[in-house]
Amino acid sequence: MSGHSMMRCGEFRTDYKSDTTIFPTPRSRYAAIAGVLFLLVAAPFLNPYYLNLLIQIGYYGIAALGLNILVGFTGQISLGHAAFFGFGAFASAWINNTTGIPVFLAIPLAGLMTTAVGLIFGIPAGRIKGLYLAIATLASQFILEDFFARAEWFTGGTYGSMANPVSLFGYELDTEQSFFYVVLFWTVLMFVLAANLLRTRDGRAFIAVRDHYLSAEIMGINLTKYRILSFGISSFYAGIGGALFAHYLGFVSAEGFTILLSIQFLGMIIIGGLGSVMGTLLGTAFMVLLPEVMEGIVSNLQWLGSGVSEALVYIKEMAIGLAIILFLIFEPDGLAHRWQMIKSYWKLYPFSY
Amino acid sequence: MSESTPIIDVRDVTLTFGGVRALVDVSFQVGAGEIYSIIGPNGAGKTSMLNCISGRYSPNQGSILFRGRDITPLRPNDRCTLGMGRTFQNLALFSHMTVLDNIMVGRHHLLKNNFLTGPLYWFSGAQKEELAHRREVEDIIDFLEISHIRKAVAGTLSYGLRKRVELARAVALKPDLILLDEPMAGMNLEEKEDMARYVIDLNEEWGMTVIMIEHDMGVVMDISHRVMVLDFGKKIAEGLPAEVMADPYVKKAYLGEEIEEDGTTGKKEAEVTEI
Ligand SMILES: Nc1ncnc2c1ncn2[C@@H]1O[C@H](COP(=O)(O)OP(=O)(O)O)[C@@H](O)[C@H]1O
Ligand SMILES: [Mg+2]
Repeated sequence: MSGHSMMRCGEFRTDYKSDTTIFPTPRSRYAAIAGVLFLLVAAPFLNPYYLNLLIQIGYYGIAALGLNILVGFTGQISLGHAAFFGFGAFASAWINNTTGIPVFLAIPLAGLMTTAVGLIFGIPAGRIKGLYLAIATLASQFILEDFFARAEWFTGGTYGSMANPVSLFGYELDTEQSFFYVVLFWTVLMFVLAANLLRTRDGRAFIAVRDHYLSAEIMGINLTKYRILSFGISSFYAGIGGALFAHYLGFVSAEGFTILLSIQFLGMIIIGGLGSVMGTLLGTAFMVLLPEVMEGIVSNLQWLGSGVSEALVYIKEMAIGLAIILFLIFEPDGLAHRWQMIKSYWKLYPFSY
Repeated sequence: MSESTPIIDVRDVTLTFGGVRALVDVSFQVGAGEIYSIIGPNGAGKTSMLNCISGRYSPNQGSILFRGRDITPLRPNDRCTLGMGRTFQNLALFSHMTVLDNIMVGRHHLLKNNFLTGPLYWFSGAQKEELAHRREVEDIIDFLEISHIRKAVAGTLSYGLRKRVELARAVALKPDLILLDEPMAGMNLEEKEDMARYVIDLNEEWGMTVIMIEHDMGVVMDISHRVMVLDFGKKIAEGLPAEVMADPYVKKAYLGEEIEEDGTTGKKEAEVTEI
């Protein structure tokens, strides 16, 4: 215990290895490991309603992390992330349905297919910036949506396509409990990979491009390469998230992948914190839970009469938009930043000033 | 210095911005191992010259050779890989990164791990490589005496420290040629002395060729091997420091202005915002 507080207060690192960890302190690493272990053990006892929410946080969180690498870490913008999420969903179902490749392999393959598509749509990013790039990514959203509607061989067109559940060693993982483990595995894996990326060469290059691209170029960083690469990686994450979504629901149709979802993804990373890996998870949880909480509030206020409860339904619809705006105004650094402040308050307690 | 191929060979470089002629037919050579200073009044084209060498600007005419190779068409990142590093007149750090990460960015072209091996940190050798480079970066941090701020976020540091971190980042590139744009601007006497010592050490101990823009004549006289004077984009003199200072043309064009500039230096530099 005393050893821990030493670590937290002073910089007593003796070797560089302990100085380059994913988590800033051993305590935060233990907390994260304990959290994952808890979920592993607790899942069978959790009510399917809560498991469903956790599963949503998992697959949306993976996709949102990809968007955060692109927007928060590389400083670009994308208004078309939902389309890549959708592409991953269709691609995984398609790979499994047409080739018979098992779903657990189809998921990463769908991620790679989405990466290829993302790299193509990312090419303009090597040349243009800001508003122009925003418009170009908006175009990718609409082009892909149109593709989903037309490419019946790939998506089933207006009917959509069926997606088989994940099966392992003859067991179909089609219950909330069993699928939860699939999502947990992918979520932990993708977050660890991202955290490692961001503490090595190419991750630093992304941040350098974001902070000062002219100086990054003088430091030997090829701007075009990294701007496009960031799109590729972000699409990979979107594709994996989408594929998990597909095999969870068992059915994929194009209606779910509109610009509205793209904006929700942006909301997740703005609320969680641009440029924060853990913040992404917080922001996603916030966005997934907010409608549920609003629902609870609205249904508890039914007794106020039909007029009021109708108004409350609208408020519920607007809650996400409102949350994004409020965060932009009052907490532009997101939940991750707030969490840091709380932590540093306790770190220095009782000498907090 | 060495009579063989100069490390940098600038040939008849002309650079214009609309009607402004920032550089007019400038030619000079710098031999490996030299400390070569460029002086001249504000707006003379000194920074533009460094920008042409490092690739930020492309000259309208003329060419630039690095160790005999024409680098005029190369992008800045490719020139960096050949062995060229620089600092900026107006700070250009990655302001949200820590000091350590800023300097590690300097290792970019020397590191091999990438977006595939980096995420597999423990299994791909990326960790080993990062730690090996970290050790070298720590040597640079010790040399420039910034170990106390290595975990600080660059954007929160004082001006003088940021200048030093920028130098550390440029040194981390392991360049053969380092370009320094007013490394001592806005510093007090003590900080200037430290910086002058670092430049000499980089040249003598680390074997780097230095091209430096500096306004402080005392420092220029003390540490430069040769000096070039620019005025209105033209090279008006070049030679040993003492020779250049004695040149009547230089006295008129440059030193006349220097006297009134001296007293206000500190204040003036802090306000400069153009890159
Ligand atoms: N990017 C640019 N766009 C337009 N004019 C520029 C640019 N960079 C430099 N100049 C002009 O070129 C001239 C030389 O500038 P500079 O090289 O910064 O001078 P110094 O570094 O010697 O003070 C100045 O007249 C300046 O206004
Ligand atoms: Mg200048």
